[in-house]
Amino acid sequence: MSKAFLSALAAALLAAGPALAAGDMGATAKQAINPTAIAMFVAFVGLTLAITYWAAKRTRTASDFYTAGGGISGFQNGLAIAGDYMSAATLLGLSSMVYLTGFDGVAYIVSFFVGWPIILFLMAERLRNLGRFTFADIASYRLDQSKVRTFAAMGSLTVVCCYLVVQMVGAGQLIKLLFGLDYAIAVVLVGVLMVIYVTFGGMIATTWVQIIKACLMLGGGLLLLLLVLVQFGFSLETIAAKATAAHKAGVKIMGPGALLADPVSTVSMSLGLVFGTSALPHIMMRFFTVPNAKEARKSVFVASGLIGAFFLVVAILGMAAISIVGTDPKFFEGGVVGGKLIGGNNMPIMHLAQAMGGDLLLGFMSAVAFATILAVVAGLALAGASSIAHDLYARVIMKGKASEAQEIRVSKASSLALGVIGVVLGILFEKQNVAFLVGLTFGIAASANFPVLILSMYWKGLTTRGALWGGLAGLISAVTLVILSKTVWVAVIGYAQPIFPYEHPALFSMSLAFLVTIVVSKLDSSARAKAEIAAYEDQYVRSQTGIGAAAASAH
Amino acid sequence: MSDPVYQRVRQNPKFQALVQKRGRLALVLSLIVLVSYYALMMAVAFAPDALRTPIGQGSAISIGFPIAAVIIVISWLLTGVYSYFANGEFEDLNNQIVAESER
Repeated sequence: MSKAFLSALAAALLAAGPALAAGDMGATAKQAINPTAIAMFVAFVGLTLAITYWAAKRTRTASDFYTAGGGISGFQNGLAIAGDYMSAATLLGLSSMVYLTGFDGVAYIVSFFVGWPIILFLMAERLRNLGRFTFADIASYRLDQSKVRTFAAMGSLTVVCCYLVVQMVGAGQLIKLLFGLDYAIAVVLVGVLMVIYVTFGGMIATTWVQIIKACLMLGGGLLLLLLVLVQFGFSLETIAAKATAAHKAGVKIMGPGALLADPVSTVSMSLGLVFGTSALPHIMMRFFTVPNAKEARKSVFVASGLIGAFFLVVAILGMAAISIVGTDPKFFEGGVVGGKLIGGNNMPIMHLAQAMGGDLLLGFMSAVAFATILAVVAGLALAGASSIAHDLYARVIMKGKASEAQEIRVSKASSLALGVIGVVLGILFEKQNVAFLVGLTFGIAASANFPVLILSMYWKGLTTRGALWGGLAGLISAVTLVILSKTVWVAVIGYAQPIFPYEHPALFSMSLAFLVTIVVSKLDSSARAKAEIAAYEDQYVRSQTGIGAAAASAH
Repeated sequence: MSDPVYQRVRQNPKFQALVQKRGRLALVLSLIVLVSYYALMMAVAFAPDALRTPIGQGSAISIGFPIAAVIIVISWLLTGVYSYFANGEFEDLNNQIVAESER
């Protein structure tokens, strides 16, 4: 979910007027080398590489590789989901939105959260009971294996690649800024570590990288919160009073501002976030790592508790940063309070760390931000590799006749290829505005993947023809609307006015995908369609009870 | 052709009970979360002034902040409620259904 914020943030900046408009991350300057940050980061990398070595010895079968053999406990998986979901943008982007806009940022925080309970209530147990390695397993469960699986795998891969590039560009800029490393070196470093974690340690290593990262991030956030609360005498009232006194917009930051004023835009944004998140391949994949539906539910309970708590902490830190960072000349370029923040608008929480705990805490938070990026890209690479090796290679090309060793070899080659693609595109896109890739990632996930996934689980009448036409309609409309929106039409192509006035296409493209899927399925009266509809009954029993679902490796 | 095991499960009244009860719980909880969330977002769009009301006389904190926090906390507590029932009562029922399907 990384740079969704940055695009949202860009919108916030534009809405907040020229007073707040400042450079995006693309223009970050290289900072002096921070030895604390580097020492802590090296410690993190050392620990995770040791875990990868340990995990490599436990990764033998395809199931070990993709899903850690289904042997992750609900609590561990909850931590890992939180680690997967709370990207660098959560830490930097959300806190900075609260810093810039006050209440609007908090409303965004709620939007990023409410998808989780919905995932639990409507999807978690069915995902676990029907899927084995990938979400294409579920979409193609009773439909045409090669066609629907190919489409679902391509949808996953597109989402993974877009998101990977977004993460790589963000990583390069963040690391350049926080560690004083060259952009290209930073991107290559992220790519190399990602490939090592995934090819050698598979899901076991990836899970532990995400767990450690989640603990670091929660620990760092809580420590910062404690320091802030001590400073303000444990009074939220004081934080709010000082924030309204320090912020340019004054008391207005305590209520809704321009960011969410348009209901159509807000609904489209929230649909994209809620349903796009629940159809992100690397997030769904986490549900296959637990042994059964019971552990899957437990993991969402744990994950949403951690995510919710962290989001509340981020909201308080953002409000505290308004008075602490926003009034201190040393955090502004040229020492002009209210001017441009050093390092750009994503930096308030880093400056807050510096203000509260000096270089030591800043170094720690920088290392956490880097660890965060590594954990997210590792999850993405694994999801992409499973789409290529499990869906396309083993199921579609080899028709299920590939040996497990062959499939694992293809997975490892795929994650290497994804690493190379990520690094090359990351370097090529250095100076590009990648906000459109965020729109694409969530637009495609919500419009091409989500409708097919949810209807395959909930609607008896879904047929292969309906799934393909509907998925295609969602894909094409999402891509078209993103191209016609501000992020491409204005920011990349350079026209003055966007043709499509909203940044998130989901309200329109997702509705269209549902409509087309349902109409085409209804009109499909082929013999195959009848067989597919008849097969729903058995799928339904399995989705509800788990009878016939792949068992854990412990058996 | 339906698998005989699945056919047997479908005819088990416990299966019907499980699906109905668990489905209703999931639906009700989803509605609580979505209605409260979209109520907040609609208030943001159509009644922003209401959200600016201070929580107390002379307080700097507006009512919007605790409302947002409460939505997050309650949504999380509801995931606990769902897990409590789905992993307790419903899981027992599910285990009985699975055991009976194997006979």
